[in-house]
Amino acid sequence: MFSLDLLLNAIVAGVLLGGFYAAVSLGISVTFGLLDVVNIAHPVFVILGAYTAFVLNNAYGLDPLLASLLFVPLFFVIGIGVYQVYYLSFEKKGESSLRGLVFFFGLLFIVEVALLLKFGVDYRLVEAPYIGRSFQIGEVGIAYRLLVPFLVGILMTAAIALFLSRTFYGRAAMGVAQDALALRLMGVDPVRIKTIVFGLGIATASVAGALLIIISPVEPSIGRAYIGRVFAITVLGGLGSIGGTLAAAVILGVAESLTSTFSGPSWSLAVSFGILLLVLAVRPAGLFGR
Amino acid sequence: MRGRWLLILAALLLAGAIVVTRTVDNRYVYFAGYGILQYVVLATAWNILGGYTGYVNFGTGGFFALGVYTSVFLIRAVKAPLPVQIVAAGLVAGLLGLGIGYLTLRLRGTFFSISTLALAVVLETIMVNWEYVGGARGTSVIRPAPMVPFDNYPSFLFVVMTLLALGAVATAWLIEHSKIGRGFAAIRDNEEAAECMGVPTLRLKLLATTVSGALMGVAGAPFPYYLTFVDPVSTFNLSYAVNSLAMPMVGGTTSWLGPVIGAILLGTVQQLATVTISSELNLLLVGLVLVAFVVLAPEGILGLVRRLARRGPA
Repeated sequence: MFSLDLLLNAIVAGVLLGGFYAAVSLGISVTFGLLDVVNIAHPVFVILGAYTAFVLNNAYGLDPLLASLLFVPLFFVIGIGVYQVYYLSFEKKGESSLRGLVFFFGLLFIVEVALLLKFGVDYRLVEAPYIGRSFQIGEVGIAYRLLVPFLVGILMTAAIALFLSRTFYGRAAMGVAQDALALRLMGVDPVRIKTIVFGLGIATASVAGALLIIISPVEPSIGRAYIGRVFAITVLGGLGSIGGTLAAAVILGVAESLTSTFSGPSWSLAVSFGILLLVLAVRPAGLFGR
Repeated sequence: MRGRWLLILAALLLAGAIVVTRTVDNRYVYFAGYGILQYVVLATAWNILGGYTGYVNFGTGGFFALGVYTSVFLIRAVKAPLPVQIVAAGLVAGLLGLGIGYLTLRLRGTFFSISTLALAVVLETIMVNWEYVGGARGTSVIRPAPMVPFDNYPSFLFVVMTLLALGAVATAWLIEHSKIGRGFAAIRDNEEAAECMGVPTLRLKLLATTVSGALMGVAGAPFPYYLTFVDPVSTFNLSYAVNSLAMPMVGGTTSWLGPVIGAILLGTVQQLATVTISSELNLLLVGLVLVAFVVLAPEGILGLVRRLARRGPA
């Protein structure tokens, strides 16, 4: 059963998957890690993005990536709206922990059931010229449906890292994480910063959704599987560390790929949870935590 | 004093449930009643941790299903009687609560919540892969003959669930009216301050996760005999997590009465709605009600009533 080819293929597929996982987790890494908003509804925006890409692809034959460029502004605005509700109802009153979590959980549930009502439980998929093709390097096969999301994921990670280190809003977001009061004293409104950065987080989720439906067909409830993954990645990478998120995403991708190659795909879900618990028990600050 | 009255009320309720089984012939009544009572147990269990200490458990479905599968395992392995199943389910789910709590509760509460969410997914993965208890296809369970005073099994289960619901509510009442309950409230209001005042916060939190988890498992224990068919999709349903959270939120989280009100209200509405409208639409409704209450009436119905009462006499 065990062979070097199989191992090599699994590792390559895992690394590629990791790039995609980074795209899914970036938003959480920023909103949870920097803004301290525990948006557990994040994966549902990924699914929502996937379905939007599906609808555009199905109706107009639009490439899912191109489609994601079109709907990204929409998701940015949705994110702003969600954060406004969250801020006014919970954060402003200083009771963000318990009820805020419940709020996001309710949101997750509502969107999932709404998608279920609209699209049913059937798996939906998109068509694009690169899906289903692959090329060989030696013994290792590389599928375009994994390579494309990997590249886009890396690109997004780089873009967010640049945004955080080079732009005013990005730096201010890092400031919010450190000391919101000091930021206020410098004449910056932390709420406005948080609103925009949260919107950006949801926007990255929607692009990740387009990537998701390139990788595999989508049905409404698979978002739940990603909750464990994104938080395992965010915690393992160290809260708020973008480079750490990418590294952790690749680690999880490889771990899952190896598990599904050698003990069956149905076990790969347990990997993220194992990692999450292990990190929380051994080193809660994560690999690259502050 | 008040405790004694409530005890009498509980005895009356139990007697009432038994009387109902002697007079009502329509089996749907037991079926629906069982469903509502099951939610009384789940909502009360959730509230012992979520409402009293402020730690949110999103994995009710996981704890519940663990109880269900403990029963399935015991039925398969040794044909254990129902009381043994219930105790075992409580023990297993309680241990799970203790374990998860021990690993995550020393950190921020958020990590506990996230872990419970992921936990449900993983438990489902395990059950899907475990052929002995039915795997992904599920398994059917044969009911034993009903016990002597009952002429059919559903009415017997209905009385069992009434007992469990009363037990769960009594547990919540006892906790609330003891030193432990005041410790829980101190944790909810300000954990750091509580710790500084000498409240053993970690030990109390672990107690809460254990009791809460155990009760959720207990709620699941009679489930195999209730539906006579068990599969991962129906037992790990997200609607358990949403309902057990929405019910205390709707009723009010700070007292034992809140989850009971919420469970009876939302449970009844859902039983009616599932029959008359579609079950998906009715889940959407629960989600909307949950968000509406969290945003607009965070104290729940009890809070609204209290506010009205304060304004009323003046």
